[in-house]
Amino acid sequence: MSNALPEDSVGIVTCKTISFDEPLRLACGRVLKQYELMIETYGTLNAAKDNAILICHALSGDHHAAGKYHPDDKKPGWWDHYIGPGKPMDTNKFFIVSINNLGGCHGSTGPASINPENNEPWGADFPNLRVRDWVNTQVRVSDYLEIEQWAAVVGGSLGGMQAMRWSLEYPERLRHCIVIASAMKLTAQNIAFNETARRAIIADPKFCDGNYLAHQTIPKDGLSVARMIGHITYLSGGGMGEKFGRDLRSGSFKQGIEEPVEFQIESYLRYKGESFSKTFDANTYILMTRALDYFDLAREYDHDPARAFSHALCKFLVISFTSDWRFAPERSQEIVNAMIKADQDVVYAEIESDYGHDAFLVPNQTRYIDLFSAYMNKIEVRS
Amino acid sequence: MRIDHAIIENWVKPNTRVLDLGCGDGTLLKNLQQSKAVHGYGLEINSENILRCVANGVNIVEQNIDEGLSNFDDQSFDTVIMSQTIQTMQHPDKTLLEMLRVGKECIVTFPNFGHWRARFSIGIWGQMPVSEHLPFEWFSTPNIHFCTFRDFDVLCKALHLNVLNREVVCRRSVSQLLQYWHPNLFGETALYRLVKA
Repeated sequence: MSNALPEDSVGIVTCKTISFDEPLRLACGRVLKQYELMIETYGTLNAAKDNAILICHALSGDHHAAGKYHPDDKKPGWWDHYIGPGKPMDTNKFFIVSINNLGGCHGSTGPASINPENNEPWGADFPNLRVRDWVNTQVRVSDYLEIEQWAAVVGGSLGGMQAMRWSLEYPERLRHCIVIASAMKLTAQNIAFNETARRAIIADPKFCDGNYLAHQTIPKDGLSVARMIGHITYLSGGGMGEKFGRDLRSGSFKQGIEEPVEFQIESYLRYKGESFSKTFDANTYILMTRALDYFDLAREYDHDPARAFSHALCKFLVISFTSDWRFAPERSQEIVNAMIKADQDVVYAEIESDYGHDAFLVPNQTRYIDLFSAYMNKIEVRS
Repeated sequence: MRIDHAIIENWVKPNTRVLDLGCGDGTLLKNLQQSKAVHGYGLEINSENILRCVANGVNIVEQNIDEGLSNFDDQSFDTVIMSQTIQTMQHPDKTLLEMLRVGKECIVTFPNFGHWRARFSIGIWGQMPVSEHLPFEWFSTPNIHFCTFRDFDVLCKALHLNVLNREVVCRRSVSQLLQYWHPNLFGETALYRLVKA
């Protein structure tokens, strides 16, 4: 197989670290004196600096949204199918910025980083973060890049929450807000899944109350189970059935023979969990899921979503997927209803899909691509 | 511009909030935005149409009107429009009442089944009419609740709706004269502007 990157790829990319020294007051009241953020960009910022798109990542995402670091990389960035020349987020038109969120574990300051105050890993002492903290740090990245106003802030799931928060807190700084498979707040069931995942991590003896790095260990088993739980909820029952059914990976049910049986889905989930636990930090997982749980778009607006959205100045695109039961279409409809009540401009589509919550990442979904592209094509930028 | 659209544009007041149910490709909304500076939203379920609405730069929400408008507050729009769609609704009567709950007034247009050619087709040929205007066979038509002007007048009365304006249009010049004499026989499209009595 050739290693050549496809023509519609952004190609070989590099990431870079930006250091911030101006203290950052967090929603929890604590102050981060300094921090680093890892970013990646695709395309070219135009002279008018009005063609920039900010990508906000979801729970397990990072700054590496498109392209490859090396031709031999097994996989491109996590949103590669939607970022590149001729793709919905077209790098021939837009300059795209992707940031690993504060608290992340892929280069930005997070629980696995060294706390400069004591030269130990932050571990459990890393401050709790809210979505608004991420937005505030993203604003600093915008200032650093001298981007006064984003053409669009785009996010799926937890990323959509950041995009919406942008529209309320920094209304002059974006023209379009694209919210995919997201919600204004999680349901009880959703929080329940997150808590079960967190418990799996915390119950791992190697978790050491979050200070596992100081003990030179990693709660791999707990994080792996947490990811398995999450993964189940990101797929649809139908999609999972279609892909795996009751197929066996090994063993058989032949009578008279006692042999261990493994279903394909078991092996798949275990593989997913294990590979995730090797690349992701357990404290970051806890931090990110808590940020998801805590998010409530209208909390500071008398719990009135329409009042919240009345602060926005941008136009909105909202997309949901029919088989997404973690961030169901009803959640997106609630967003849209509030926007209409607030007299905001909005396009809403419910994409027929069998891929569950993960659908927003999955390639070759014609209607999703067409709609996303049509909307992005209408965004005006100077040359 | 389509004659029916021109009439609707006349009826819609400038700088108002408009909801267009079954807005198609968004042409009407786009025109209303340009000529009357309305702030409009379209509801549509056809994915091709939704895509065209995006290209036309209008607000578009994917929503099945047959499932109701309960997500919209009472009197939250100045005008609710339903153009050439009421005959496809499961419950046209309930839809009309919902439109006037959500909107201060509503505009409804529909193909007149009392038009002479429809009558000719059924009366003489004994077949459901298929024409350029109504291009569907009976088994595949989305139009499940046909009515005539007279039928619609009766429904408006039964629902206690006041007709502010009523117009009929047709494309042929001969009929354009005749429709004044006998709208239920020569009008192809009916346009009503309604409020609650």
